[in-house]
Amino acid sequence: MSYTTTVILAGTSLLGACAGLVGCFAVLRRRALVGDALAHAALPGVCIAFMVLGYRSLLAMLFGAFVTGVASVVCISTLRQMTRIKEDAAIGIVLSVFFGAGVVLLRVIMNNTSSGSKAGLETYIYGKTTSIALSDVYLIAGAAVGCLAVIVLLYKEFKVVVFDSEFAGVQGWPAYLLDLLLMVMIAFAVVIGLPAVGVVMMAALLIIPAASARFWTEKLSVMLTMSALIGAAMGAAGTTLSSRFDVLPAGPAIVLCGSVVFMISLLVAPRRGLLARLWSERQFRLRMARQRTLNVIYNVWEQSHPEVLSFAMDDVLRRKSWTFAELHSALVALSHEGCVTFQPEGRFAMSDHGLQCAANAARGFRMWELFLTENAEASSGIADFDYRSLEERLPREMIAELEEKLKEAGRFPTMMSRDGFSHEHN
Amino acid sequence: MTLGRWLSADPRDVTLGLRTIAVGSVCNVSCAVLGCYLVLRRMSMLGDAISHAILPGLVIGFLLTGSISIVPMFAGALVFGMLTAFLTQTLQTYGRVSEDAGMGVVFTSLFALGVVLISGIGRMHLDQDCVFEGKIDLVAIDITDFWGLSVPLALWSLFPVLVMAVAFILLFWKELKVASFDPMLATSMGINATLIHYLLMGMVAGTTVAAFEAVGSILVVAMLIVPGATAHLLTDRLGWMILWSAVVGILAAILGYIGAAYWNTSVAGMMAVAVGGQFLVVVIVAPRHGLVSKLVGNLELSLRIVAEDIIAALYRLEEQRTGSSEVDRATWADCRQFADGSLLTRPAAILLRLRGQLAFVSGGHVELTDAGRRLGNSLVRSHRLWETFLDRHFELPADHLHEPASRIEHFIGPALQEKLARELDGSAVDPHGRSIPPLEQDDTD
Repeated sequence: MSYTTTVILAGTSLLGACAGLVGCFAVLRRRALVGDALAHAALPGVCIAFMVLGYRSLLAMLFGAFVTGVASVVCISTLRQMTRIKEDAAIGIVLSVFFGAGVVLLRVIMNNTSSGSKAGLETYIYGKTTSIALSDVYLIAGAAVGCLAVIVLLYKEFKVVVFDSEFAGVQGWPAYLLDLLLMVMIAFAVVIGLPAVGVVMMAALLIIPAASARFWTEKLSVMLTMSALIGAAMGAAGTTLSSRFDVLPAGPAIVLCGSVVFMISLLVAPRRGLLARLWSERQFRLRMARQRTLNVIYNVWEQSHPEVLSFAMDDVLRRKSWTFAELHSALVALSHEGCVTFQPEGRFAMSDHGLQCAANAARGFRMWELFLTENAEASSGIADFDYRSLEERLPREMIAELEEKLKEAGRFPTMMSRDGFSHEHN
Repeated sequence: MTLGRWLSADPRDVTLGLRTIAVGSVCNVSCAVLGCYLVLRRMSMLGDAISHAILPGLVIGFLLTGSISIVPMFAGALVFGMLTAFLTQTLQTYGRVSEDAGMGVVFTSLFALGVVLISGIGRMHLDQDCVFEGKIDLVAIDITDFWGLSVPLALWSLFPVLVMAVAFILLFWKELKVASFDPMLATSMGINATLIHYLLMGMVAGTTVAAFEAVGSILVVAMLIVPGATAHLLTDRLGWMILWSAVVGILAAILGYIGAAYWNTSVAGMMAVAVGGQFLVVVIVAPRHGLVSKLVGNLELSLRIVAEDIIAALYRLEEQRTGSSEVDRATWADCRQFADGSLLTRPAAILLRLRGQLAFVSGGHVELTDAGRRLGNSLVRSHRLWETFLDRHFELPADHLHEPASRIEHFIGPALQEKLARELDGSAVDPHGRSIPPLEQDDTD
């Protein structure tokens, strides 16, 4: 690998890490697109700095970009707080108008200056990874270390502001200032990265690592670490691919690497990932089907002859609006547990253990039903019920009370009350 | 080029300018009227996202046919526009990714894909500047003959889009309205809110594509969001909002062109700045939702409350004086105290005097006039009625009654007073043992 490639690789990886780090706060604050607006709003600042100085100076242009970037953030928050304009529209307005102004200034410069120094300005829109020099790497590294230091120092404060800014205010912390400091850090990262990757790709660098890391963890510290690593990996992988294949520009390659990481996270992340969630939803559905089936069986058993432990599937089927296939699959699952044995002529038998489970299920359903009837106002928001969560959801005294009431009404499901035998719950 | 010089300029320049303004207006209006719904539905950034994400669609359309013709590229872009809306929605529903982050991931990825495709093909010429600025500077040159009139070529694709946008809005007026303001209600009324959503997204994508080529992406994003937001500050009626947004769009085209000609710069960029300028002006001076009118409204309210506080305090003082003659008459300094030392005390006093509710008598004392006494009576009556009401219906300690009552006394009108009195069965004493003054009739009537 050549020296230039190494320098570029170091630059993009560090940039990815830095953007991934600060991007976490933007994503968690639901302000992912503010980063986009910031990146667009930097253009007029770059142009103004050039117009004032008359020549190209990296520091001056970064400073100009930083100033208009922060101004755009202030505009967005002012519009949101002082007018009826909502956040999304405020972001869009600031983004397009600032960028429009930037294009106007850019054109003015291009039409009025004859020197060759103007050419560099456009890299702030499209980005040019090959322009990264060793001095830029030091700059990016400095920015990354600076952001990291601020985050480590104010970790606790940022955490509260990000997750509950009102609480931070109540605690007497300068929530608004902390919020602004976060935005300033994001602006800093954006400005540093713009000349290398350009407007749109910079937004991607802020959003994609953080959004991907979010799938894997619920802890902020872990998310920050992961996001920074993903950002660095994106930068490194994209740059390497781009140096292998000539047609692949580095900026888009970096973003597409990030998209792949995002898609993988979306699919396979434990708990928050799509597959994990589909699996747990399936488990929940199966458990619900089991409880419901047992409940229906218990009701049939209770009303027919208590001694009989054999049921016609048709009888059970009629009690609820479900298909034969649904009932059958639930029964098959129960037969694996040893609750049910299939008999000829569309019948099945319940074992003692099975009946015990059925009584438990029915007990849960009836208690929950009673609870909802008596506390109708609490029922909104509680759509469905799962017996196992009854003990978790209601205090013990309330469960005892519900049990008493069911017993008084003669609806408390035990196997003892009907056939005279005692089947103690274990 | 100032207006005077512009009017006296070469007629050919004027024609060129008018053509540019015409193209800009048609494009701006089609974006603006659709954008109103984006603003209302809080989906403004979807306009931005779509305008970036259609890039791979344009390229694929080009790849499949091998020529830069409008129809396949249009179709490709439409597909990718809808895909953006769909993916964002799906990530939100099934991936639990917040809307903004999902949108950010989707549009940047698709845009990157588009750029990679372009550089992969190599032979597709795509001027980078065109992406942002379009060719509006050149539209005046590409003209075509239409029944003897020279019409800019760009209008051929933009005008049908405008017609479609307007037809779409008129046709689905009711559905769009309900679905924008209350999607739940829309669903319960049997309107398919999802279908309406995707139809709107399709329209936005289509308009974006058509406008993209002519004016570039900045102007599309600006015109989708800013005119709608500006109009939203001016009115609360949907119909007027759409009309205003169209006016703002046309004005932006005119002002933008003039500005660009004057400073010799990008027309599309200048139109975006022009619409931003209009927005800024409206934010400040809009009749009801503007900053100035809000400030004035707050000031008026503060003034009224200070004035009423003074009147009510003087009325209470008079009440005490009828009991014992030892209570002094109030002075100007007392008034300041009644108003909690508010800076508005003096203006409020002047206002009261102008209204004939307060009189300045010798020795620096102030006194209520008959009109002032009636106002004070009404205020104190409201105050004590409310205290009694609170005491009866809420379990509040006696020393917690005064504060809410002194806040709400300014907002209890005669009708509510009567209702409270009836509710309290004509109770004559408040919880502190003071009598609730009966309503004083205006004798002059």
